[in-house]
Amino acid sequence: MTGQGAISGRGADPRPVLSVAGLTIQVATPTGAQSVVEDLSFDLMRGETLCLAGESGSGKSMTALAIMGLLPQPMARVAGGSIRLADGTELAGLSEAAFRKVRAKRISMIFQEPMTSLNPVMTIGRQLTEVLLEHGECTASEAPGRALALLRDVRITDAERRLKQYPHELSGGMRQRVMIAMALACNPEILIADEPTTALDVTVQAEVLDLIRALQREHGTTVLMITHDMGVVAEMADRVIVMRDGRQVESAEVGPLFAAPDTDYARRLLAAVPRLGQAPPRPVPDRTQAVVVADDLSVRFDLRGGIVNRVQARVHAVEGVSFRIAPGETLALVGESGCGKSTIGKALLGLVDWTGSIRVAGQQMRGLSPAGLKPVRRNIQMVFQDPGASLDARMTVGQQVAEPLVVHGLASGSELTDRVAALFGRVGLTPDHMARFPHEFSGGQRQRICIARALALRPKVIVADEAVSALDVSVQAQVLDLMRELQQDEGLAYLFISHDMAVVEQVADRVSVMNLGQIIETGSREQVLGNPQHAFTRRLLAAVPVPDPTYHRPPVPPRGAAPVSPVWPIGQEPRRVHLADIGGGHRVAEDDPQLELAHRGYAS
Amino acid sequence: MWGYLFRRLMQSLLILLGISLVTFVLLYLVPADPARQIAGRSATAETVANIRAQLGLDQPFYVQYGRYLGNLLQGDLGRSYLQRTEVSTLIWARMPATLLLMLGAIVAELVMGLTIGAVAALKRNTPIDQSLMVFSFVTISAPQFVVGILLLYVFAVRLGWFPIGGYGTFAHLVLPALTIGLLGTGWYSRMMRSSMIDVLAHDYVRTARAKGLGKLRIVTRHVVPNAILPIIAMIGIDIGMFMSGIVVVESVFGWPGIGQLAWQAIQRVDIPIIMGVTLISACFIVLGNLLADIIAPLVDPRIKLK
Repeated sequence: MTGQGAISGRGADPRPVLSVAGLTIQVATPTGAQSVVEDLSFDLMRGETLCLAGESGSGKSMTALAIMGLLPQPMARVAGGSIRLADGTELAGLSEAAFRKVRAKRISMIFQEPMTSLNPVMTIGRQLTEVLLEHGECTASEAPGRALALLRDVRITDAERRLKQYPHELSGGMRQRVMIAMALACNPEILIADEPTTALDVTVQAEVLDLIRALQREHGTTVLMITHDMGVVAEMADRVIVMRDGRQVESAEVGPLFAAPDTDYARRLLAAVPRLGQAPPRPVPDRTQAVVVADDLSVRFDLRGGIVNRVQARVHAVEGVSFRIAPGETLALVGESGCGKSTIGKALLGLVDWTGSIRVAGQQMRGLSPAGLKPVRRNIQMVFQDPGASLDARMTVGQQVAEPLVVHGLASGSELTDRVAALFGRVGLTPDHMARFPHEFSGGQRQRICIARALALRPKVIVADEAVSALDVSVQAQVLDLMRELQQDEGLAYLFISHDMAVVEQVADRVSVMNLGQIIETGSREQVLGNPQHAFTRRLLAAVPVPDPTYHRPPVPPRGAAPVSPVWPIGQEPRRVHLADIGGGHRVAEDDPQLELAHRGYAS
Repeated sequence: MWGYLFRRLMQSLLILLGISLVTFVLLYLVPADPARQIAGRSATAETVANIRAQLGLDQPFYVQYGRYLGNLLQGDLGRSYLQRTEVSTLIWARMPATLLLMLGAIVAELVMGLTIGAVAALKRNTPIDQSLMVFSFVTISAPQFVVGILLLYVFAVRLGWFPIGGYGTFAHLVLPALTIGLLGTGWYSRMMRSSMIDVLAHDYVRTARAKGLGKLRIVTRHVVPNAILPIIAMIGIDIGMFMSGIVVVESVFGWPGIGQLAWQAIQRVDIPIIMGVTLISACFIVLGNLLADIIAPLVDPRIKLK
């Protein structure tokens, strides 16, 4: 126990619980040691929340790992400086045996990926009791009771049952709650949270952030938060250190930083953050024509079992969805993970089996053979979320951009080279990049290459599935600019699939909100984002972190008991929602008892 | 679960049917004449023809196979041409010896293989790792009869620690089980090493460290249980490798198992015994794989049999 009782998150006691001075971290590379953190100094004050903010490669996570003594061995090491606890314990260069008494007991850490941070073959209960027993917090017979109390502490529903469950049976949000419970098990003075909500849905993110704040108040824990998301910074931080390329760029209280950043870099970083309600106006596309028309589109996946492996149930991933996209228009599909938005994108390209009707550039895609599908696919191409994983590491990027042209027999020889070179120019790269391999490029450049590849066939539609979600904000802004430019020049239509409301507002003409495989609200960007009608849409928008420290987001209302699943036994189907026009093409799902169940507690 | 088992058993029957057909075809095509073998070199052509007719060997292929299959469905593996005994009796009598050898070999290869693999992964890229991997390479590459004879020479002839051959006590089991087990040790140590290295890089190992756990506990509770998951499936396949090894090893050590029985039958073209041993081996392999698949969900809660 720290004995700090109730200390509020904001407004802190002026004694540092952790002092970092002149910290330098080096990583071994083939070309010699390289500093990823250089001469970093800061004090962490008791009870406060300090955010280390910065883009990828800024060294913020390395700093956190160094404090925990968890730097990847043997590549990375603390090359200089000191990390000192309040009682004078020096952590830099501390032996592994001594560090074990610091971890969990005095400093705890939660990580970005709750999906992979728990041992998949150990029950939640065992993983919790393990840390209690390791540090002698209680006896073996008391441990299960303590574990249960910890789970209740992090507001997990059905805590008794969770103890016996395995991580894969829990949702991402619940797993992060378990991680937090584990981290707080021994009442540490400091909690390091490394991008704790980046992998979570925005509504779940809001819940987890609320939880961290509440627990911090209850336990008086000091929080060191690492994040790239300026919205999260504004919501959580008392003080902020902005980092770039391993160095501190700016250190300030959160209010002054957002109101008037001292440095150029911080200014640019903040300017690049998309903010809800500040999107620039967009040209009005001609909606009399349509380049994509989907009608009553459904995608179901069979679940088999039993003696003869019969279909026993179906996942209704997409259920009776209809939409149209005009040339030059962007339709955004938004919703939480698992709502079916990505599946729609795959259906449009014929990557999953679907029923209903899809017309692309006037051509019906239903019933086409693979050979018949090929020319249609020229009109519709896809850009994926992870540009690193969607490029082949063993082909030059030039070959990969040329591949669609070769496959469709559209160009060869010098004409092929010329067209690929032109595509590289089009996405802001140069033709001499063509002979290089994907690992030689940054994330943003790789996504440009993926866009060039999608553009190679001069498609009329591009499905962009979370295409900018993995990119840093400044890079994200550049890629979005590129996409906008291409749209204006070529009249491209986009199906923009995203969970990020602020980005959606930047790019979309129209927005459709999905839940459990169905569209529950659709309309123009102004209608849906500016005047949301459905409880689910409102909840989604309310959860978006606002990059403004003066804004106090109301706590997200608790979720209904069990999330309704899209799995239905054979013979039963989800009830189709009916969209009623409330004026000007703004259509909202009417009350539906079944969906109502899913949203119980959503209405605020 | 039961539906899964039922489907798997049906599939297994099909596999066994296929194996019986392939083996029968191969033996039919072998240029040796069982009737001549039975009659002896000095027998007249008439005697040989009589024996041939008696055994039904003059019938067309499909009749012979059909009759064989018919008997098989009634659990009759046929009679040995030369030993004048039911094949099932012969195999049954030798089964305990083979099962004992199999058990000894599997225990040996798992204990040695998993330990060596785990140590090599934890000492990755050190001289310890490199020597262990050289050792595993040698055990994989060396032919089993060479390993067997070498072990016999060193530990039985020179050192006199173990008997030279035969069957009966634990001491008799050690060298043949080691001979077969060494091959498996090589495979398992390489697989365990790469599986451990893979698991060591997982986020949950970092979580375990962040909890302040000791290295031993991290390895035994978090790394090893995850690292052996892909290896369990291998144990099923391994039983197949084992069956091919016993023919040689049982002969080298004079171990009275079905491998030795097969070896003798092959030399004398005793087709019913060859067929019987082949089918029994196939059963082992099929059952081994089935067993591995049934065990998998018991150790990995994410796997469900459907």
